[in-house]
Formats: sequence, C-alpha cells, structure tokens
Amino acid sequence: MPPTDVAENPIRVLVAKVGLDGHDRGVKVVARALRDAGMEVIYTGLHRTPEQVIASAVQEDVDAIGVSLLSGAHMTLLPRLLELMRERGVEDKVLIAGGVMPDDDVVALKAMGVAEVLGQDTPPAIIVSTVERLVRERQATQAG
Amino acid sequence: MSATGAAIDLAPGVLAGDVGAIARMITRVERGALDGADQMAQLYRAGGLARVIGVTGPAGAGKSTLVAALGAEIRRRDLTLGIVAVDPTSPYSGGSVLGDRIRMQALGDDPEVFIRSMATRGALGGIARATADAVAVLDASGKDVVLVETVGVGQDEVDIAQASHSVVVVSAPGLGDDVQALKAGLLETADVHVVNKADRQGADRTVAELRSMLGFEAGEGWVAPVLPTCAESGQGVPDLADALDRHHDWLVASGGLRERQRSMARHRLKTLLTALVHQRLDRPVPGSAFEAAVEALCLRTTDPWTAAHSLLERELGGRPKGCS
Amino acid sequence: MSEIDPGAPLVGEPLRAEAEADLAAWEAEELAAFLARQPERKSEYLTKARRPVKRVYTPADLAGTKWEDVGLPGRYPYTRGPYPTMYRGRNWTMRQIAGFGQPSETNQRFRYLIEQGQTGLSVDFDMPTLMGFDSDDPRSLGEVGREGVAVDVLDDMRELFDGIDLEAISVSMTINPTAWILMAMYIAVAEERGYDLNRLSGTIQNDILKEYIAQKEWIYPIRPSLRIVRDTIVYAARHMARYNPINISGYHISEAGGNAIHEVAFTMANTVAYVEEVVKAGVDVDDFASRLSFFFVSQADFFEEVAKFRAVRRAYARIMKERFGARKPESMRLRFHAQTAAATLTRPQPMNNIVRTAFQALAAVLGGAQSLHTNGLDEAYSIPTEFAMKMALRTQQIIADETNVTNVVDPLGGSWYVESLTDEIEAEIMRVLAHVDSLGGTVSAIEQGYFQLEEADFAYGVAQRKASGEDVVIGVNKYVDPDDDQPVDVHQLDPESERRQVERLKAIKAERDQQRTARALKELEEVARAPGENMMPATINAVKAQASMGEIVNALRDVFGTYVERPFF
Repeated sequence: MPPTDVAENPIRVLVAKVGLDGHDRGVKVVARALRDAGMEVIYTGLHRTPEQVIASAVQEDVDAIGVSLLSGAHMTLLPRLLELMRERGVEDKVLIAGGVMPDDDVVALKAMGVAEVLGQDTPPAIIVSTVERLVRERQATQAG
Repeated sequence: MSATGAAIDLAPGVLAGDVGAIARMITRVERGALDGADQMAQLYRAGGLARVIGVTGPAGAGKSTLVAALGAEIRRRDLTLGIVAVDPTSPYSGGSVLGDRIRMQALGDDPEVFIRSMATRGALGGIARATADAVAVLDASGKDVVLVETVGVGQDEVDIAQASHSVVVVSAPGLGDDVQALKAGLLETADVHVVNKADRQGADRTVAELRSMLGFEAGEGWVAPVLPTCAESGQGVPDLADALDRHHDWLVASGGLRERQRSMARHRLKTLLTALVHQRLDRPVPGSAFEAAVEALCLRTTDPWTAAHSLLERELGGRPKGCS
Repeated sequence: MSEIDPGAPLVGEPLRAEAEADLAAWEAEELAAFLARQPERKSEYLTKARRPVKRVYTPADLAGTKWEDVGLPGRYPYTRGPYPTMYRGRNWTMRQIAGFGQPSETNQRFRYLIEQGQTGLSVDFDMPTLMGFDSDDPRSLGEVGREGVAVDVLDDMRELFDGIDLEAISVSMTINPTAWILMAMYIAVAEERGYDLNRLSGTIQNDILKEYIAQKEWIYPIRPSLRIVRDTIVYAARHMARYNPINISGYHISEAGGNAIHEVAFTMANTVAYVEEVVKAGVDVDDFASRLSFFFVSQADFFEEVAKFRAVRRAYARIMKERFGARKPESMRLRFHAQTAAATLTRPQPMNNIVRTAFQALAAVLGGAQSLHTNGLDEAYSIPTEFAMKMALRTQQIIADETNVTNVVDPLGGSWYVESLTDEIEAEIMRVLAHVDSLGGTVSAIEQGYFQLEEADFAYGVAQRKASGEDVVIGVNKYVDPDDDQPVDVHQLDPESERRQVERLKAIKAERDQQRTARALKELEEVARAPGENMMPATINAVKAQASMGEIVNALRDVFGTYVERPFF
C-alpha cells in the first residue's frame, strides 16, 4: 500500500564528493550508515563540480545534500554550492558539509547557510540523527 | 509540500519541461500523496508520445554503462531523454544506496537529459511501484525517449515488459550463468538481446548460443536480434539504437504498438486498482459494508464466499473518482 | 657451510611435545587458579586486523615452520631483511616529504635542504598535476600550487631542479596517473644537462592499480593505464639502471580502510599484475624486478606490523621465484619505504600523536624498512609546523641513536609470537592471491569490486567500533579532555602564485613552435594506439616540444577513454 504520510517516506540524501580529492572512505561509511537507517542515498561519485552536484540534487529532489571535501577548498566550494542552490531555487534543501575545518570558517559557513559541519570521526549514529533532525525541522518549517 | 491544504500545482511546470517541477512531481508520485493524483490525471492525458525502453538483465552485465552509452547515442540523434534508474531497497533497513547515476555523469551534464534514481521500496519486481508514474511524468514533460533501467532480479521481466514499449535484455559472457540457464522469461521478453562486454572471451559463443535459441522461437512477427556491444567504448551501440528504431517502426506498422499500449494500460489499471482495494481494505470504515460482512461472518448468517463476491460487486460497481 | 639440514623444522619434536604438555598442565594449574581470582579483561583478544591471538606462545606454535623459512637476512626468502647487515651497515633513510607552490619556491626549499645535508628529495604535487589538469584548466581553479607544486610544462621541471645535481641527489616524485609524463620531463631535463641516465637515482610512485581501489586518482581506464606503467618499467629497465620506476603501495589501501592483511595481500596482487604485464611485453623478469620498490604503512598494532613486514618479504620472494621464475637474488628481495599511519592521528590532545608515531616508527624499524617518513603531530588538522616536523625527525633519530635496536638484525626473529604471526599473515596473502586468480586476475577483481568491498566493509566496522568505544582512541573516546580544542589550520591558496603559474603557462603555450608541438602530440597519439609500442620516447619528445601535461593527457583521452568508477558499498 502506498504510504501517504510524508514521515513514512524515506529521507533522500545526495552524498557528494566535490573537487579533485579522492578520499572516499568517509563518504562510504556515511552512505552505509544512512542506508542502514532507512534513507535513500544517491551517491554522486568522485571528482564532481558544484554544478554537477546541484544539478543532481535538483533532479533527484533530495531532502539533504551531504558534501565531503578536502580541507582548504571548503571556503571556495561551499559558498559556490549555496550560490547554485539559490540560482536553481533549491535553497530549501539541507546542506551539510563534512571535513576538517577551522572553527572560524565553520561559523562563517553556517552564517552563509550551511546547516551543519560534521568533523572526521563523527560517529555514524550522530551523522544519521543530525540528518534526520535537520530534515524534519526543515519539513516542519515548510508545512507550517 | 503541504500535508493538509492545496498543494502547489506542478502540472504546468512539468508540461513546460521545468526540471524542478518534474523532480518534485516524481517525488509526489513516489510518496503516493493523494493530492498529487489530480495532477497526474492531467499529466497522463498529456502523455503517450514518449518511447519507453526498458533495460534489464543480471547484475554484472553492465546495464548502467550500456544505458549511459545508449543515452549518448539517442542524444546524438537529437532526441530528448529521460532515464529512470532503479536499485533495490534493503529489506532489512528500508534504505538504499543508489549509484547508477555515477555511470551516467556525462549525460547528467546535458540539460536535455533528466536522470532520476529510484529505490524499489518493497516492490518485489525489478522496478518500483512508482516507476510507471515517474515515466508518465517524464513523458508528459516532453521527453522523446525514456529509458528505464531495472534492478535485474525477481519478476523483473514481467514488470518491465508491462511498463515499456521495447525491452532490452543485457547479458555478458562469463557471468557464471550459462545461456541455457538464462531465465526463460528473459529470453522471451526481450525485444532486443544485447551481449555486452563483447571484447571478453566467450562473447562470440554467447551471441551464437542466444541466436540459435531464439531461432527456435521464431514465428512471424518480430525476431529479437542479438547484438554484441562494448558499452565502455561505445562499440555496437549505434546498432542497438538502430534495432530499437526498427522495433518501434515494426510496432507501428504491425499494430503491435496498439497491442502493447493496451497491455500496458491494462496492467496499469490492474495494479492501481489492486493497490486501491488494498488501501480500502486496510483502513476499514466502521459501519461500512465490509464491517457489516465481518459481523455477519461471525454470526454465521453468511459465508466468506458469498460475502466476498457480494462486496466485490459493490466495490467495483462504485463510482470512480475524478472522472469528468 | 651449514651443517643444519635446510629442511629442518624450527622446533624439534622433543621440544614441541614438552612445550605442549607444559602448556596443558599450566592451563590446568597456575592459569586456572589465577583466572579464578582474576578473570581476563576480554573474552577474546584480537589484532587490529581482527585475527585472534593466543594468551601465550610457545615453541609448539612453530612446529610447522621450517628454519629455512626464517633463515638469515639478505638471503632467500628474506624474511629477516633484504640485506645481511641491515642497520649495522647503514641506517634507514629518513625521508620526509615536502612540496608547495611554484617550482621556483620548491626549488629554493630543495637547495636549502641539500645544504642541510639531505641527500634525497621528495616532491609533492598539487591536485591538478596529480589528476592531469593544467594550471589554466577551469577544474584547477583554487587548487594550483596549494597542496604541492604545480607542474605543467618542461620549463617547470627545469626550474624545479635548477642548480641541483640530479646525478648526486635522488628524487622521489609522489605522482600516479601522470607519473609517466613527469618521468619524461625529468628525463628530458637530465638529457639536456648531459647526465648519464643510468646514474639517475630516484623513484616515481606510478602505482596506478592501487588508485582504482584506494587513492582514487585516475584518468584512463584500467588496462591502458596498466600499459603505461609497463612502458615506464620497460624504459627504465633498458635505460635507467639505478631508477625505481614504481613504488607499489599498500599505504593507501590501509588508509582507505584495509587492515594489515588487506594491505600486503592486495599490494602483492597488484605486483603480480604489473610483473605479468612487463613479462608479457618480452622483458625477462630478472631485467627489471630488482628495481621494483614498495611503500607500506606502519600502523598501530605493534607486533602485527612487524610480522606483516616480514611476511610480505617472504611472500614476495616466493612469488618472484616460484611464480615468475626469477633467478637473481635482487629480483626476489623486497625493499620498502614506510610511513606512519595518518589515520591514527587525532585532533584532540595532539601531543599524543608524537607517542603514537614513535611506536609506529619503531615497528617499521623492527620490521626492516629501508626508508621512513614519520608524521607530524598536527597533520590531522594543520599544515605541519616546523616544531612538528622536527619532532617527527627527532623521533627517528632517537630510535636510531639511543635505543640500540639497530645493533642486531631482525631482533624479533625467533619470537614464537612474531614468527607465528608472520606465518599466518603469509598464508593469508597466498589465500587472497589464489582468490584473486579465481576471479580472473587483479584487473578483473578490481572490476568486480573485490578489493573495494573488503576495504569498505572493514572501514565500516572500524567506524562502528570507534563510535562504540570498542576500538579505543585515547583523547577521542577514552580519557577525553572536555575543553580540548586544537585550532585547525589548512593549506591556503596563494592566489598570486596561482595567477603567476597560469600566466607563465599561457605565455609558453603562445610562444612555442605550434607545429612542432602538434606534430609531437600526433605522433604520441599514434604510438598510444599501438598497444605493443612503448610510449616513453614519444612522450619525452612531446614534452621537449613544449606540449603541456594537460594537452598530453587530453590527446590520449580520445585513444584510451576516461575511467568511470563503479563504487562498491
């Protein structure tokens, strides 16, 4: 029977690797954790541009975008992602970044619109609960 | 999306080909939200022009790569394209990892191509319950061709045949299965057989075996060709596209297209009706005829067979929703 | 002349029987009594690779091992080391990596280091260079010169080694999909300066197979990339007697989530593929095998790591002799560079990292590494500071000069535990290789995701165990300081530096003889289309004609295609 309640439908998350960096151990752990928590994970693969990521996010109509990127490139790539989200009219999607970043940058990024920044070694359970919380909060805001 | 009141009307956006509207509409049909149904009616009526091609076959045959290569060829022929890539939902967690998009990144950069990943969400076959609806949305949005890539397990061939005009079955040499073991269903269902990874050892033999097996099936009508391809390099893919064109032309000329559409419509209606009946029965309304029948059964004033047949007459005889 | 029968078991029957009997008695008496008062902390004890270990080892555990399998250092099967004297003759090379910005800046750093007495240079490249993009490519924006040096054209290579005697200084370049191009540039510069190619010593990492399963730097599909590596090995075998054209790596496999066994077993699987490829091209194994070199991690499980190094040396020797028919000792003797495990470094309580690194470095030394890079304490969150780099170097120096572990070759040889573990790991390596063979070989196994799935599975387990605290990480899930917070410092791009590099590149492209470049690229394309041909001469010719790395890479995309990953979860 088709579920009619939004809450019964799986959360859809785009898990993205942006830039030339090839470290995907972390994103694979995240993808599995989200899947094991009942979410649908669309993985973009490696070496994506911000344009490719947002185009995918639009077509897949995901609830959240999780971006993993190499330290140092975050202050160029994340603002660009936010800019593209605004251009494509999908700034309502939750943007979460993963990686090692200076605290000042984290503060700045959150002010720009990044919903959360999760560091290395964040336990899988916390990643799952963070995504769930942020997506449900966003959905509640939109329904109200 | 509002859970209670009127939902945004996405139909105009879909009909205009707006990517955001298409995406959100597909989400609606996936969620089975009832307020999407009205707009689906409008979209369904606007469709019927897209060619729907299903691609199925066992894991490891290279379906995703082939779909990407076929998609590129379709684009070279100046047709617009939609792709629905289906992957299995984990029966344990209800979640899934959908990775087919990665093989299609080059197509993903093309603004005339819309790619959507879907999980089966408990559907037993190779496609999701909502796949046909997603195809209908893409159809209504004006796509010339919609490719559906299935999971490749279970009752796959039945599902995909009921949802598409042409079915491509992809196999590859050395997958461990003998061609003899190729499921009988797959053999018959295919409108075109593809032996992918044709540069590998054993490919020629696989092609030959398939051809000889299909030779026995030949009657009049369409004979499914067996085509070797190398999806990674693109070799053989133009021939595949040509074969699909020929199949389409044959369907049109022979009246087979009409038959196909009728069969698809029948299947669609049956599936939806079954789902609706299940939904009704899962949420029995107090005071309804169903509840009265249950009472009567307990009192032994009726029997299950009489009660069921009587209810069926009543339910199927009910006024359909949304018709004007 | 040995009087010992070469086939003799390490432990004779009388000793084995007595040890076994003693163990049984001890378990029934002293142990049982003690356990009754104080049970053990865990129900089972595992190595980091999740292999169970015994409470105590005795000679009985080695009853199945032959003395000849352990043997002596510098002698087949090299379990105890590639050379007879090891560190008594010469310490391992203390080789710390560096590299940044423009070639001229890196050149200055190199000259400084040489003045300080360093005899080996190690070059790190920026991400665009690693991935095959020129500095002026849109994909390179924000990355040029940021994490390493940018190299686009031959001029950059000239500048990088300006004033440096390449015959005296060994140069290591950590580069993979574009390794062959940079090697061509290096050769071109050497030829220009009139050096004898046979006197150049150094290495390129150039291990493309591990990229598909671990580091994920790639351009072309697997088979053409394997062909390119073949060409570099064959070229070096014929023209560069002292050069190591490949550094077959396990480090990245470990960092990608593989355990100790995955690391060495998968490295050996890649090795088999490379050797097969070169032998297929008609080169005798003894003509190139001596120049194969290796790169492993030195991880946290002390004894497992020591045993791992010994096991892979023995496995490699056997593979080269039995599978490939090598006859020269140098062809069977595995030499490796080690790096301590970056994955174990933490941001909280960073000083702990000095201690971690010290133990990992000690394991590498007791395991017989030929060169070693020790990580800086702040590498998990910062560009290494001078203090961190100095501590890392001092760590090695203290081991070398104060601990006396270098007095004796393979001091852990003969330990019942270490030899047992060595035997086990070697057996696992051979089991994995047999499985890879059954999958159709390494390339086929990569396509089927065998290695990737093993790594992803193990990585997931590690993440779960870290989260639950089952895998202890001090400062992170045990003995946590609530107020501990290290400021994160990252490599900043120097936009000025990036701009300069881009302008230089544009100028060079504009001023060169376009026809000559176009012709050279065309020739290279033609050679590339013929799988039996060696691409190195045409590549050297192309770089001399001022073709840029990106132009070469793009020209060959039409020939080879581009690799698209199939990720495995």
